[in-house]
Amino acid sequence: MPIKINFPTPSARPGETPDFSRYDFPEPGALPVPPLDITAEDTLEYANSLIRVLDDDGNAVGPWADYLGEEGNDDVLLEGLRDMLKMRAIDARMLNAQRQGKTTFYLQCTGEEAIGCAFQRQLNKGDMNFPTYRQQSLLVAGGYPLKDLFGQYYQNENDPLGGRQLPTLHSAKDYGFFTISGNLGTQYVQAVGWAMAAALTGTDNIAAAWIGDGATAASDYHSAMVTAAVYKPPVILNVVNNQWAISSFNGIAGGTAATFANRGVGYGIPSIRVDGNDFLAVLAATKWATERTRNSHGPVVIEWVTYRVAAHSTSDDASAYRPKDEADAWPLGDPVERLKQYLIQRGKWSEDRHKQGEAEIMDEVIAVQKESEALGTFINPQYLSPSAIFEGVYEEMPEHLKRQRQEMGA
Amino acid sequence: MAKMTMIEAVRSAMDIMLEKDPKVIIMGEDVGYFGGVFRCTAGLQEKYGIERVFDTPINESAIVGMGVGMATQGMRPCVEVQFADYMFPAYDQITQEAARIRHRSAGQFSCPMTIRMPTGGGIFGGQTHSQSPEALFTHVAGLKVVQPSSPVDAKGLLIASIEDPDPVIFLEPKRIYNGPFDGHHDAKSVGWATHPLGEVPEGYYKTELGKANVFREGEAVTILAYGTMVYVAEAAVKETGIDAEIIDLRTLLPLDLETIVESVKKTRKCVVIHEGTRTSGFGAELIAEVQEACFYHLETPIVRVTGWDAPYPHAQEWDYFPGPKRVGRALVETVEA
Ligand SMILES: Cc1ncc(C[n+]2csc(CCOP(=O)(O)OP(=O)(O)O)c2C)c(N)n1
Ligand SMILES: [Mg+2]
Repeated sequence: MPIKINFPTPSARPGETPDFSRYDFPEPGALPVPPLDITAEDTLEYANSLIRVLDDDGNAVGPWADYLGEEGNDDVLLEGLRDMLKMRAIDARMLNAQRQGKTTFYLQCTGEEAIGCAFQRQLNKGDMNFPTYRQQSLLVAGGYPLKDLFGQYYQNENDPLGGRQLPTLHSAKDYGFFTISGNLGTQYVQAVGWAMAAALTGTDNIAAAWIGDGATAASDYHSAMVTAAVYKPPVILNVVNNQWAISSFNGIAGGTAATFANRGVGYGIPSIRVDGNDFLAVLAATKWATERTRNSHGPVVIEWVTYRVAAHSTSDDASAYRPKDEADAWPLGDPVERLKQYLIQRGKWSEDRHKQGEAEIMDEVIAVQKESEALGTFINPQYLSPSAIFEGVYEEMPEHLKRQRQEMGA
Repeated sequence: MAKMTMIEAVRSAMDIMLEKDPKVIIMGEDVGYFGGVFRCTAGLQEKYGIERVFDTPINESAIVGMGVGMATQGMRPCVEVQFADYMFPAYDQITQEAARIRHRSAGQFSCPMTIRMPTGGGIFGGQTHSQSPEALFTHVAGLKVVQPSSPVDAKGLLIASIEDPDPVIFLEPKRIYNGPFDGHHDAKSVGWATHPLGEVPEGYYKTELGKANVFREGEAVTILAYGTMVYVAEAAVKETGIDAEIIDLRTLLPLDLETIVESVKKTRKCVVIHEGTRTSGFGAELIAEVQEACFYHLETPIVRVTGWDAPYPHAQEWDYFPGPKRVGRALVETVEA
């Protein structure tokens, strides 16, 4: 008898009814807060379950809510809500701007805002994110000037990177945001090295590595896992499981065989799995993870379970490979709606104030956007100097580049 | 005959080979249900089933490594690397494994595999969707390296690659997937539908590997080009009025030296052009070969026009791309020298 092999397929394709029945998420508040020095083996339950704080009625429940305490007070959460609204406004404006030809490319993080916006709150100056292209929320919550953000999208004189990088591939060292590579996975293991150096040079800084569910297949992801397990540096190994990698559902990356957090346990790294659409859960889990790594207990894996609401990028048409209404069927809801509901329920917010807040934030974003557009977009490019191509390749420009620059006539 | 874009032409080649040979399989990132980010494999999974056309995890080393494993059993995997810029994780599998399996096993194993990858710039892809790494493959014994410049060649060359007994790197110049591009980025884009090279036979045919094509006959100077640059050369010729002979290499390794030498002996002048970076680029190899074979026939030094030795920029793409102006200048200099 010939041997059979396996070709995973997603639960629903276009025209079919979305189906997330493969997920059996526990009730919010079900999991306790583990000790900071928990072993990998003892986190197995956390890796297979889901840390949740907000329940369906917008209440914060369970031990993780208590653990968060004042760090999750109303002021913090109102700020978090504003950050997410700002992120959403930027996404909406840039999607339109790309459609109008003002930039060549954009990539939304819709539905995943809570992860970056809450995570960033727990980092200190000197810590370093190694983000993917879908973590612009780390910058927005980290107070990165919108002027620089739009400058990079439009590649005018405000672009801190001088037109070198594809829009969305930011770099912001002062904001703890490592230069993004277009090649998936490469930076996961760099974060391990960065964290080792942070320890070896006597700082108390930590690194945060970021990767998508799809890119966990890349060899460099596994390089990071092995080296982090061996040297136990202060690094948080984040996996953003948003269900899709362009057109491939996460089963193509092994996500139906075991959870992504479970993989961490196999490598010998304590691993937890968290509701990425629950702002409070993200905040609490990050607090725990940063405390753990900062106190020399070694690395930690966090799988953030979420859903990629938008297409992969402006070059992609998601309706060609998944049901149009799949986002609506996502069992963990929408991060903005859920935090809004919590704050309303606490009497700190209302539908009207939300609408007003949304409008104010949109105005603020549009104002910066317009200022940036006046300096040039891809419709009326005020291109940066051609000879800048040769700058910064090396610290000191070698002769052959000087000759080429001259040949260019610039 | 049918009108095809280069995308449709490579799809047609894979379609025909999947039909003809049950040992052919297609795999790569997003190539299955979706049909690839450039749609080259659209409809093929539906037609041939998931066991023959399937998605892989995002791991180029795995894509090529699995391909090697399959090919050494006599299957004929035609795998896709989503962008040539993403082949680097697979470089070990390509250069140390696929390329050498036949030789090191004294012929016990061989690796009849095709590795397709979109290459080149001109699409505002920035530094990781624009590179031209052909020279990193032509440096490797055991590989064949192909780059078509039209739908009709793409189909014939891809079928020949899939049927070839050795590993073939098949570089698809993505800027001309939908139509020829002469380097004038602000001109209206034209599709293959109105171009004679977009006329493609519907059935099976092969375009022999290792054979260049005299794209345009001329007397004044020989231009060696491949991929998108063939049309840049054509534009430069038109704009300068110089009667150049344009040779479209089509296969970079093994190189059709005969056609090249014959042309250079006739024109006595040679300009070499490519998008990839200059230092140790494929142009250096071409210049060395032409110089060795034609030294006493040459009237002027061989000139090359290439991408600059810098990472491919995003905003300054058109200052980087070696367009018809730069090529034209080189032609004038060479002819007037
Ligand atoms: C080495 C490499 N291979 C392929 C790609 C093309 N690519 C870009 S994004 C992407 C999907 C990534 O999915 P995932 O890791 O889940 O992240 P998400 O986009 O969902 O945030 C692919 C295949 C790449 N950038 N780098
Ligand atoms: Mg994903």
